[in-house]
Amino acid sequence: MTSALGKDLLALEPLTAQQIRLILDTAEPFKEISERAIKKVPALRGKTIVNLFFESSTRTRISFEFAEKRLSADTVNVASVGSSVQKGETLVDTARNLEAMRIDMVVIRHGASGAARFLADRIESNVINAGDGTHEHPTQGLLDILTLRDRFGDLEGRRICIVGDVLHSRVARSNIWGLRKLGAEVAVCGPKSLLPWGIDEFGVTVFKRIEEAIEWAEALNILRLQLERMQAGYIPSLREYNRVFGVTRERLDRAPRDILILHPGPMNRGVEIDSDVADGPHSVILNQVTNGVAIRMAVLYLLAGGRPELAESAKASAPGAER
Amino acid sequence: MTANGVRDLLLRGGRVLDPSAGRDEISDVLLRDGRIEAVGTSLGVPDGAEVLDCSGLFVSPGFVDVHCHLREPGREDVETVATGARAAAAGGFTAVCAMPNTEPVTDNQAAVGFIIRQGIRADAARVYPIGAISVGQRGEALAEFGEMVGAGAVAVSDDGKPVVSAQLMRTALEYAQAFDIPVIDHCEEPTLAKGGSMNEGTMSARLGLRGIPSEAEEIMVIRDILLARRTGGYVHLAHMSTSGSVELIRWGKERGINVTAEVTPHHLTLTEAAVGEYDTSAKMNPPLRTEADVEALREALRDGTIDLVATDHAPHHYDAKEREFADAPFGIIGLETALALVVTELVDTGIIDFATLVDRMSTRPARLFHLDGGTLATGSVADVTVFDPSREWTVEPERFLSKGRNTPYAGRKLRGRAVYTIVGGRVAFRLEE
Repeated sequence: MTSALGKDLLALEPLTAQQIRLILDTAEPFKEISERAIKKVPALRGKTIVNLFFESSTRTRISFEFAEKRLSADTVNVASVGSSVQKGETLVDTARNLEAMRIDMVVIRHGASGAARFLADRIESNVINAGDGTHEHPTQGLLDILTLRDRFGDLEGRRICIVGDVLHSRVARSNIWGLRKLGAEVAVCGPKSLLPWGIDEFGVTVFKRIEEAIEWAEALNILRLQLERMQAGYIPSLREYNRVFGVTRERLDRAPRDILILHPGPMNRGVEIDSDVADGPHSVILNQVTNGVAIRMAVLYLLAGGRPELAESAKASAPGAER
Repeated sequence: MTANGVRDLLLRGGRVLDPSAGRDEISDVLLRDGRIEAVGTSLGVPDGAEVLDCSGLFVSPGFVDVHCHLREPGREDVETVATGARAAAAGGFTAVCAMPNTEPVTDNQAAVGFIIRQGIRADAARVYPIGAISVGQRGEALAEFGEMVGAGAVAVSDDGKPVVSAQLMRTALEYAQAFDIPVIDHCEEPTLAKGGSMNEGTMSARLGLRGIPSEAEEIMVIRDILLARRTGGYVHLAHMSTSGSVELIRWGKERGINVTAEVTPHHLTLTEAAVGEYDTSAKMNPPLRTEADVEALREALRDGTIDLVATDHAPHHYDAKEREFADAPFGIIGLETALALVVTELVDTGIIDFATLVDRMSTRPARLFHLDGGTLATGSVADVTVFDPSREWTVEPERFLSKGRNTPYAGRKLRGRAVYTIVGGRVAFRLEE
């Protein structure tokens, strides 16, 4: 069965605004399931899902796992440590073996850009990209967008700035494509050494200074700055990064408006974001985490061929079916 | 029949195209004892001669590829001198120069001698070894150019690895002058190119792949040109890929600096768009660039700023390419598609004519590398390519004589194909109908 999203969810770049809205709208009824005492519906009962994580991940992996379990799917987690991947098995062979086990879906996190696509082209199961290299992380983009939509309603004309290491960020790319398709104005801000060459051709505004970004934006999505970037020489030190590009209370206080604060996590408090900002009144960082489960439920449900208009009833039928 | 057992060959009625003599006419060519015996109209058929009907075909001096990787010794699973030499002949090449990045590296006279012997045993296209510039291609100590040339090397290069040290490059350009051989450089500034797997641009940004900027090539191009100026040495620049490189070469040539350059068929015909959604068959180094670069390279080949077409034939096992883009090896095969790509994309589109094609694929490479061939002058070696300029065919990698299948042109319909490839007066390749 072909879903409204096609076979796989690999990136937000190829999706239409309509498809993105469909996922967001489908996520709405699923939000409520996580608030119940019995957090389970039978929508994916009998489906087998493999969570294939070639890179360490806590938040994304757990979020997917909860989403799968709350939809009653049977799930297996494969981490690169301890699997045959460690013995030098190629991604092709991993794919073929999964296929041979007749699984329905694969959630893949991999360090190489294009790895999810590579897998999707070689197996019939649905593939969900849970982050491939520095390419895309579509479910993160979607949950960021859902969180923004919760607060802003329509995103048309809303001004969102992505701050930090855009060069190495799959989250940034998914956000840029997704937000722009929904009509938002998108900017990026960071040291030029951490912005991809040619980023202006993505249709985004580029701010060289965080002060300018704060002056302009209604929401900041603050990217994690990894320690390796300093070691690789992209920036001189984390300390200076905080002083020049850090999102601090002091800087936000000078903003002409309240600014919504997002962060895909995990945070480096005191580097890209100060604690009083992360924990402040305009932070929606934990809302992002909550929305993450709903978004992943929606994506799983839709890819499995679930009809969007039935999401509400799939949910409604749940408790009885489970008892 | 002659003394050495090779029958005389009469190539009858072809369009004889020999830029070295400015010849372009319907004519016969008689080959005897491995030499060009005569070119003229209505030549008689000597007793026992084989007559090849060449009407409707071009007869030109054999094509010469100064840049290919035959992988032997070391990776005989992906190509050997024999399979590479046969693939070359099938592509219309009568001679190829094999790069020294073998395992072990071809960096001494014994290793050069091995390639020579394997080439003779292959009995297809001639195989000329290129020796390494540095011992083990490690970029440190100069290899023994003199002994390697004595054993049959025709040039030196650390291809696959750039010569990082400017001092080593300078020394190579000085030392090579005693032997009158080109020093070939793979122009790539390693700190800029590090970790890159495609052209740096909007496409690499979109795909989240680390890019290799044009400047990584251009910085080394100008460095090498300046070192050639300083030393008076001869530098040949491998596989040029950017419009900036073209400008720099033009600058060097205008000043009389001894620099020549090559371009591959793929850099003349494809852009970074071929990478598509992480297609590893479009991953090569230097990477495919932009439309503007392709335009500049085509114009440079036309006006002679870029001297010649070379394939950079680089076979890989299919497993190696069947993986994540960033981890897949660089390189594609090219010996069996080069002619057709140049015909289809440069001649048929009116950018160059057939005489220029022959000049850039035969006359100039032979002359610049001091190789036999590249001419149909009487008495010269009987290396001749007979090709059909309008023969249409579809690229089917499984039919290649090369062991390599890694090509981005699979399924492409092309025009132009070698019909007879004649090496030393013997037919090394004959197109099956």
